[in-house]
Amino acid sequence: MLSSSHILVTMILLPLLGSFLNGIVIRPAFAKRAGVIATFFAASSFACAVFLFFSLSHDVKAINWSTNWFTVGEFHQQWGFKFDALTAVMALVVTGIGSLIHLYSIGYMAEERGPSRYFAYLNLFLFNMLVLIASDNLLGLFVGWEGVGLCSYLLIGYWYEDIDKAKAGMKAFLVNRIGDAGFLIGMFYCYQIFHTIRFDEIAQLLATSSQFDLHLLNIVAFFLFVGASGKSAQIPLYVWLPDAMAGPTPVSALIHAATMVTAGVYLICRMNFLYMLTADANVLIAWIGAGTALFAALIAMAQSDIKKVLAYSTVSQLGLMFLAVGSRAYFAAVFHLMTHAFFKALLFLGAGSVIHGLHGEQNIFNMGGLRKKMPGTFLTCLIATAAICGIPPLSGFFSKDTILFSALASGSTQSSLLWGVALVASTLTAFYMTRMFVLVFLGNYRGEAHPHESPWVMMLPLLILAVGSALTGFLGVPHGLHFMPNLMGHYLASVLVEFPEQATLISEHAAMFVATGLALFGISVGWFFYSRPSRAESAYKVLKPMHLIFSNKFWIDELYGIVFLAPFKAISSFFSSFVDPTVIDGLALLPVRISSGVSVIINVIQSGLVQFYLMILLLGGLWVLWSSLKGWVI
Amino acid sequence: MNFPTSITYWSHFVTIAMFALGLLGFLLRRNAIVVLMCIELMLNAVNLFLIETSMRTNTPDGIILVVFVVTVAAAEVAVGLGIILNLYRLKGTVNLDHFKSLQG
Repeated sequence: MLSSSHILVTMILLPLLGSFLNGIVIRPAFAKRAGVIATFFAASSFACAVFLFFSLSHDVKAINWSTNWFTVGEFHQQWGFKFDALTAVMALVVTGIGSLIHLYSIGYMAEERGPSRYFAYLNLFLFNMLVLIASDNLLGLFVGWEGVGLCSYLLIGYWYEDIDKAKAGMKAFLVNRIGDAGFLIGMFYCYQIFHTIRFDEIAQLLATSSQFDLHLLNIVAFFLFVGASGKSAQIPLYVWLPDAMAGPTPVSALIHAATMVTAGVYLICRMNFLYMLTADANVLIAWIGAGTALFAALIAMAQSDIKKVLAYSTVSQLGLMFLAVGSRAYFAAVFHLMTHAFFKALLFLGAGSVIHGLHGEQNIFNMGGLRKKMPGTFLTCLIATAAICGIPPLSGFFSKDTILFSALASGSTQSSLLWGVALVASTLTAFYMTRMFVLVFLGNYRGEAHPHESPWVMMLPLLILAVGSALTGFLGVPHGLHFMPNLMGHYLASVLVEFPEQATLISEHAAMFVATGLALFGISVGWFFYSRPSRAESAYKVLKPMHLIFSNKFWIDELYGIVFLAPFKAISSFFSSFVDPTVIDGLALLPVRISSGVSVIINVIQSGLVQFYLMILLLGGLWVLWSSLKGWVI
Repeated sequence: MNFPTSITYWSHFVTIAMFALGLLGFLLRRNAIVVLMCIELMLNAVNLFLIETSMRTNTPDGIILVVFVVTVAAAEVAVGLGIILNLYRLKGTVNLDHFKSLQG
């Protein structure tokens, strides 16, 4: 009998099977079918996720599956998977958007010689992501966490012949290691305190006992957040994400916008029972989130690479999600995570469609006027841009408003300040997204390539994602607009802690109006300057110093180069040019030197001269004669 | 320890002197032909001793042995000179300091 828990394991293992088929078994023969195979397995996994989603109910809060993994002393570790409401939302997003992006990749990678490797990595990513979101303990989550990091590395450096792209992959991997160290420390502390790393057991311990030291809990929360900030590209570890755009665009859409980078947000939401208690850590998280949102939005305003704009936009939106979890609005974070997955994946796929249509052009100043040449991409991107700007009633409006309001209503002393920062960030978001949209799609075409609309395998995902970007907002309508119930909020209530309402309905409406008004303001400013190139030129002349700072990304990469890389390289070269050849090699060669020195002395005896040998023979013979006659004579 | 007093000491001296000269020349000279000649000198010193002993004791054993030694020495010289000739062809010299291949 096939039970739900078997379906759960099947959902997780199907992409691994696809990866195995594409990567190992039928590589040369079916290279052209690789995309179809991969998409089939991703879609089957999605079907399993849908089935599991419908098998959850009031009576069945979660579906479990587990088997023994290893035992060390008193520590029993299991491969345990748990499919609850939060996992359901994540799994639907991951496999659903993942399947669409697999489909899109068939068109996008059609000109590649051997896309088998690409699709094998992509399926492997889905598998690891499912392990990450379905694990019922921190260690299993960490396995998936590292797995998606690996796939991210492999896919960023997919075109590894290009040394810059290979280096971008390495940068992502190394920066993530810093975060992962934090994650591990947090996990160790967790075991130290609770003697378990299973989420359910920790939640139960925290709920039933108040003997835990709040200071220690804050430390756990802090270190897990360090891990989350590495994976989710928050200050100060965000530097890898913009470079990660070196990978193929569908990869940027799936891994570096929709799913993997939200793993940090997921981790904190999963541990919400812990973060509910850690006020100090939450202040830090909220400020880092708000700061990242503003900082990345500022940088995004002056980027000219279409994917870099979107990358910084992703960093900025992730900052908003961290602001939400820092304000203990876990539902708001998950809600924005979902809507963001839709509209940001759509934006990236639209950008991919544009890049594909322009044969690799990525500079938005060489685009323009694509409205007529690529009408499908234009329309879908219009929806996505409006959604990310926060135009009602598209999805971004609802989720962003939920975050902004929960930041305001979180009740901490700095809440209005945080709200203000987030508001500025979202106004800037509206501005730079309009800037990008106008430069790409409106006006006259400024490039030299011959743009063409993308094939249907690429347009179909765009269309579905556009519908999602437009409509998913209605799943989580805020309390203030009670024209329909907050479906997703009720659904997730069994997993996420309800955040306390501390504001009135009037302030909620006011906040909503302010946010929407500022979004419209940002859009109009962007429209005003970039619809006429002359206006942008004159503005540029006035704001040149600021533009210099923003377009050079505040010189953060250079700063890290001086502060961290240069000393590290100096130490490395000291060790490689002095310590290794002199000290280590010297010690290793010391016995050699001693034995060869001794042998030089002994070597003298072996002269090779027969007469010398005979001389010694004679002396020896005389000595034998002398010693045998000695007693006899005397 | 009772040697007969009728031993003719002079023949012993000649024997010992010849052998010592041969040995020294063998060890110290570097010319291969001279070394070979020194070996002959030592052999002949021994021959002289054998003859002397044979005469002193009135037995033929020593003299018989000398005949064999002379025969073998003749063969040995033939082989030795052949080797030296080949060594000369090999290196253009018969100085023994130039032959060190035993050193490895």
